[in-house]
Amino acid sequence: MPSLQSLRRKIAAFKNTQKITKAMKMVAAAKLKRSQDRILAARPYAHKMRGVLSNLSQRVNRSSHPLLQKREGKKVEVLVVTSDRGLCGGFNGNIVRKSSEFVRQCEARALQVNLSLVGRKGRDYFRRRSWPIRQEWTGVFDKLSFEHALDIGADLTDNFVKGTFDELYVVYNEFKSAIQQRVIVEKLFPVDAQEEFGSAPNEGISGGGYLYEPDEAELLSALIPKHFQVQAYRILLESAAAEHGARMAAMDGATRNAGQLIKKVTLYYNKTRQAAITKELMDIVGGAEALK
Amino acid sequence: MAGTILLEVVTPEKLLLSQQVDEVIAPGSEGEFGVLPGHCHFLSTLRIGELRYRIGDQTHSMAVLWGFAEVTPTKVTVMAEVAEKAEDIDVERATAKVADAERRLQAGGLPSDVKEAQISLEKARMRKKIAERARKTSHA
Repeated sequence: MPSLQSLRRKIAAFKNTQKITKAMKMVAAAKLKRSQDRILAARPYAHKMRGVLSNLSQRVNRSSHPLLQKREGKKVEVLVVTSDRGLCGGFNGNIVRKSSEFVRQCEARALQVNLSLVGRKGRDYFRRRSWPIRQEWTGVFDKLSFEHALDIGADLTDNFVKGTFDELYVVYNEFKSAIQQRVIVEKLFPVDAQEEFGSAPNEGISGGGYLYEPDEAELLSALIPKHFQVQAYRILLESAAAEHGARMAAMDGATRNAGQLIKKVTLYYNKTRQAAITKELMDIVGGAEALK
Repeated sequence: MAGTILLEVVTPEKLLLSQQVDEVIAPGSEGEFGVLPGHCHFLSTLRIGELRYRIGDQTHSMAVLWGFAEVTPTKVTVMAEVAEKAEDIDVERATAKVADAERRLQAGGLPSDVKEAQISLEKARMRKKIAERARKTSHA
């Protein structure tokens, strides 16, 4: 039987832990609110952009812009978006599992896979297992801004044009609601009309040719790099919001678990204490009896 | 029936406007163009300028700073880097921006700085103009 003192210590320790998890939950909730507003505001723009581009990619001659080309390639790049910090439930675990699975599938098709990583957690995981990492960005989520998206977008488009890879997939957490995230595998390069169709209602498919102003080439060269920056930005925002949501849920669970433990141990402590008192009383009564 | 056309204005920050309108006049990079319902498919980049749209006999306007527009027979989608409705523009701030840009332009420096100053001057002037006009019409 543990001593009363050690039980008291245990209760105090649980209470401290609970305080911490509660505080973390509050912080995550506040951050969630902010990042949620941002992603919800950014989504329409990104989706419209994708709609326009997928529409465009059907009509335009693919060779007219280097970023539109389709290559029968063997080199695949996977961009894995994880968080910089832990303690957010299955957030990173899900991503990492899905990406490994995806990479294995690609390798089964005899494709050569490289990884690009956003977030410290994913980097640590894949580096420890010495997977082929081409590029990594960490510390992005501390102060997420469009600049980061520009950075990542520029790197990816450059390398696509250079031929470092022929296809690019992104694995990230989509923010569904404050308590729900969904792991998404999305193809970014090459731009595919069919796959991206779902989100863009397009009434204008049968309408024949588009008019362009200024001419096609100029328009495309303005539009396409922009598109990838915007998509990169959207993905970062999705992931940031999802991370805070996941952390809030995880910390909420942790706080509740700590509460349960405290209850259980407190009950046990009280029982033990009472038993000790009863025993002492019986000793006294027994002693008094013996004196008679 | 070609009655109205859906105008949507989105910026990276938010969906600014989604409304059925009668007519849209947008500042294309090769000149202004007007869009009525039933317009043919059209895609254009936009320059710094004023986007006007008419609902009934009321004309509204907003400042658009770089972006592009996709036109289909039933819908106009304007994707702008920055867009502000005329009534939301802060005239004092716009005026201050104009002065600031003018000063920077005069200070000179690297060609890239000068170019940047020129662009921000143009943007600021456009916003100021639109805002002042909106204010006048609302007072009149």
